[in-house]
This record gives sequence, structure tokens and C-alpha cells, in this order.
Amino acid sequence: MNADVPDRLIGNLLGPDGPELSCERCFELLDRYVELELERDAADADAAIPGMRAHLEGCPACAEDHDSLRALVAEGST
Amino acid sequence: MGARANLLEEPCTAAASVVGTEARPRLTMVRPRPEAPPHGPDDESRAWVASLRDQGAGGDGARRELHDLLLRAARHEIRRRRDSLPHLRGGDLDDLAHQSADDALVAILAKLGDYRGDSRFTTWAYKFALLEAAVKLRKRAWQNREVPIESERWDRFADGADSPARGAESRETLAAIAAAMRAELSPHQRGVLVAVVLDGVPIDVLAARMETTRGALYKTIHDARRKLRASLAEQGLGFDPEPDSTEVAR
Repeated sequence: MNADVPDRLIGNLLGPDGPELSCERCFELLDRYVELELERDAADADAAIPGMRAHLEGCPACAEDHDSLRALVAEGST
Repeated sequence: MGARANLLEEPCTAAASVVGTEARPRLTMVRPRPEAPPHGPDDESRAWVASLRDQGAGGDGARRELHDLLLRAARHEIRRRRDSLPHLRGGDLDDLAHQSADDALVAILAKLGDYRGDSRFTTWAYKFALLEAAVKLRKRAWQNREVPIESERWDRFADGADSPARGAESRETLAAIAAAMRAELSPHQRGVLVAVVLDGVPIDVLAARMETTRGALYKTIHDARRKLRASLAEQGLGFDPEPDSTEVAR
């Protein structure tokens, strides 16, 4: 067994350590967060929208939405 | 227990399943407020909103142009996820892209008043199309598949507790989590956590079959995780029982 598997499983069961947004707030703020990530950096995006990073770590569906939007916007800006 | 969800009709749009009005929780899970955006809409975004509000021929053109952008976004999402749907043909996928763009356009026009210019209008609009496509693809991937709400052997993840491949700390933690899931969680909380986290059921698929929203189910998962963390903290296993997640009314 991969030694990382138990830790990942524990992390998935217990969720992120920090405070997190709800799925509704995540969707509302996702566009701004992605633009901040691309135009500044992840640290600025995290500072501007507290709880987004933790939610993306805890919610696989919202994380996929984030990755898709980020990829699409990045593709359009290159 | 082996309880299983029935196959139910999906909400009219994916956006409704995330930010919908019918079952929207009244709580958020984070105390800090986002900082105020630095500026309102840029000129191009203002023009988009003004054109889309035009009920005349100019508005029709703007809506067609927006639909083209949404279709591009939906196709982008389908390309990203195509491996999860090997049985779907190109025509099926393009139908799905068009359905996603149609539904996204409806959602955007209904929520146009919510756009505040915190991002470019096109970025704001893209997320609706991506969400519609992603939810439809996840549901297609799980179509005709039974969704286990609480499998009889949900606690199998702790079966390898004696495995030498697992560190002593992980063994102890996993065993404690399994015990806490059994003792502390309600059947509903346990069922949702097991389905989404252990069985890998997409939360949108589960929400549709349980006639609820992604947000409501995630709130259930969040509450379950807090209970598990509290139980582990009581046992001195070193997890923060309340990761500053005090709920506040919106």
C-alpha cells in the first residue's frame, strides 16, 4: 500500500483544517478567485477570499469546477 | 444497512443545484468576509450587461454571441472529461454541450442582476456553462448505476488496521474515525459521508437522487467532519475539533 493513502483517506474523511466557504459562496466567488490567481498569485487570491482554498481542498466537485474555470480562462488569455 | 436512493428527476439547471433557491442552507461555514473588490465592471463587461438587457434586436445578437461563448466553454469541459464517458459518441457529446450552453444562458439571464463586476463578465458567465456541463457529465457517467447511500461494509477502510504498511499513528486514527462514524454520526450524515468520500459518488449525482442540493449535502459532510474531529480531539489524537468554522447567519 502506498504510504500516502492512509493520510489522504484521513484527510478526506476529516476535511480541511481551516475555515471554509459553503458551496454556494464558492460558486459566487469562484470567477473573482480564479482571476486573482491568474493575474496576481494564489497567495493574493487566498488573502482576498478567505475560506476558498480550504473549501476547494474539502469539496471535490467545487475543486473540479475551479480547475476547469482556471484552465479555460488561462487558455483564453494566452 | 444497504439503503439505496431512488433515481429522481434532476433540477432544471445545475446552477440551481448549487445556488438554487429551494433548499439553500441559511448558514455559511466561514467567519471572515472577502475583501471588497477593487473596482466595478470594466467597459466591456458593462457593455455585455447592457446589451443582454436590451429586449430588441441588439439584445438578440448579444444573447447569440454569449451562447457561442458558453458553447465553447461547455465543449472545453467535455474535452477535459471525455475519458470518463467512453461510451458516448461525438454527436451525444455535442448535444450535451448545446444543452449545457442553453441551460447556462437561461441561468445567466435570470441572474444578470447578481453580476457585480468582481471579475470580467465572460469569466463570470463561463462558470455557469462549466458547471452545467460538469454536472451533466457526472450524471451521465452514473446513469443506470446504483448509488450506494450506505453500503453494508462502509467501515472496510479500517480493515487494514493491522497492516504493517500503515504507520501506527494512521492505524490508530483510522480505527478511531471508524468508531466515531459508528457512534457519533446520524445515519444520514454517515450515509452521505460514506457515499461521497469513501465510495466516490459525485456530490451532484447524490444530490439529484436525494432531491437536494450540492450545498446542502456538503453542509452535511461538513457537520459530520466536525463531529469526527471533536471525537478524535477528545481522545487526544491531535485534531482541531473546531477549525474556526463557527457558523454564522448569512
